[in-house]
Amino acid sequence: MSYDAKFRVWRGDASGGELVDYTVEVNDGEVVLDIIHRLQATQSGDLAVRWNCKAGKCGSCSAEVNGIPRLMCMTRMSTFTETETVTVTPMRAFPVIRDLVTDVSFNYEKARQIPAFAPPEGVARGEYRMQQVDVERSQEFRKCIECFLCQNTCHVVRDHEENKEAFAGPRFLIRAAELDMHPLDARDDRADFARDEQGIGMCNITKCCTEVCPEHIRITDNGIIPMKERVVGKRYDPLVWLGNKIGRRKP
Amino acid sequence: MAGGVGSPGRAQIPWRTLRGDRWWFPPAVTFTLIVLWLLYALVRTSMQRDYFVATYHYLTPFYSPCVTASCHPDARHVGTWLGEMPPLVPYAFFLLPILLGFRLTCYYYRKAYYRAFWLSPPACAVAEPHAKYTGETRFPLILQNAHRYFFYAAVVVSGMNTLDAFDGFHGKDGGVGVGLGTIVMLTNAAFLWLYTLSCHSCRHLIGGRLKHFSKHPLRYRAWTIVSRLNTRHMQLAWTTLGTLLVTDLYIALVASGALTDLRFYN
Repeated sequence: MSYDAKFRVWRGDASGGELVDYTVEVNDGEVVLDIIHRLQATQSGDLAVRWNCKAGKCGSCSAEVNGIPRLMCMTRMSTFTETETVTVTPMRAFPVIRDLVTDVSFNYEKARQIPAFAPPEGVARGEYRMQQVDVERSQEFRKCIECFLCQNTCHVVRDHEENKEAFAGPRFLIRAAELDMHPLDARDDRADFARDEQGIGMCNITKCCTEVCPEHIRITDNGIIPMKERVVGKRYDPLVWLGNKIGRRKP
Repeated sequence: MAGGVGSPGRAQIPWRTLRGDRWWFPPAVTFTLIVLWLLYALVRTSMQRDYFVATYHYLTPFYSPCVTASCHPDARHVGTWLGEMPPLVPYAFFLLPILLGFRLTCYYYRKAYYRAFWLSPPACAVAEPHAKYTGETRFPLILQNAHRYFFYAAVVVSGMNTLDAFDGFHGKDGGVGVGLGTIVMLTNAAFLWLYTLSCHSCRHLIGGRLKHFSKHPLRYRAWTIVSRLNTRHMQLAWTTLGTLLVTDLYIALVASGALTDLRFYN
């Protein structure tokens, strides 16, 4: 069964743009990305959209559908009524390049700043051995497809451009947690780095990153909050400080 | 909108959000319920009456521990530490900041009140009204890092409430007795324990801070149990607000004579 849907798609670039109305055919089983492709094929050959796998695994087609950050390929048209107007805009936390395509280089800059995985001294590649129970927590964060929807929805940078320098964003705070929890990562300054360089103190736990994550990673509960607690242990807890001083507590 | 989503270079969209759903509803409900609860607690703690049912030893959690000379003698089962209280001062005035502190610094409540009271942000992908934002990096919000200390205190408070619940097994003739009030108090104490133990700080301290679970099997087991509870932290936070209110209201009604306690034994 098919019907004609009303779409409003943001068209423009960094110098300006507007929401443009379209009426476009929708068929059973389709997702928003299918409709954007149909618009490209039938009405707007120059509509710019970034996409790749159409399976929710590459993280390319991030956008905002009816104001909610989502992957277009994972947003089923059946979730809308036939009379509803579907509004599609680019992610609003990043500079726009054209139409639905944004410049996400902010995220790659933040990724480059994180010290890489550091195995213990004397353990060569190929000799890494660890128990599943020890590495399980880190593995949850490895599910990240880097769609940057969490970065886009985080109000710390979305609503405050000036914070981009000081705040790494949820994706990279869970990268820090992933490494700090890793049984073979030998660095002991991940929490200090999260506080001083990644600005973890700016996060106020409002959990929007978790709400929009298409991989259902519990970013806040399993990543950011444990990392905040590790920061408390290293920098704010006088009992831990005392324990370390008298040698009764191992970090 | 000069800053935030209206910053130069970003897609120029004149609305602070394009969400068409009722995004304002959850923060509005949170705001209303928390304000109502706080008003109720303020009135009840400053009433200085109907807090204890002497016949059955029911003590409301809002007055526990009752250690001032103003308390009913039978309610002072952990002793008398302080003198008479002036009017309107809550009998448990020294404990209320701890209880408030535990909830104020709780990772769930932080989400709830930052959204509902401070609108930072009011909902996901809805622009907040503040021009500047420094999060929890400065005073006073940097004090949120003291949550684990409030957790330690909350463990003691949960213990007090458990003692009160056991004291509620008091019959008419002075022996053992069980009434609906006893069950209400026990239920409240049980949920307070569940909420306290499901705390994120507890999860960290009990095992989350470890690098190698395999070297600490008991702590790993404890961490998995707390982690399971932790997934329900929000529900437990609201449930305990409910059980505290119901427990206090029930005891107030029985103490004032408006309601007769339903007795199961003695």
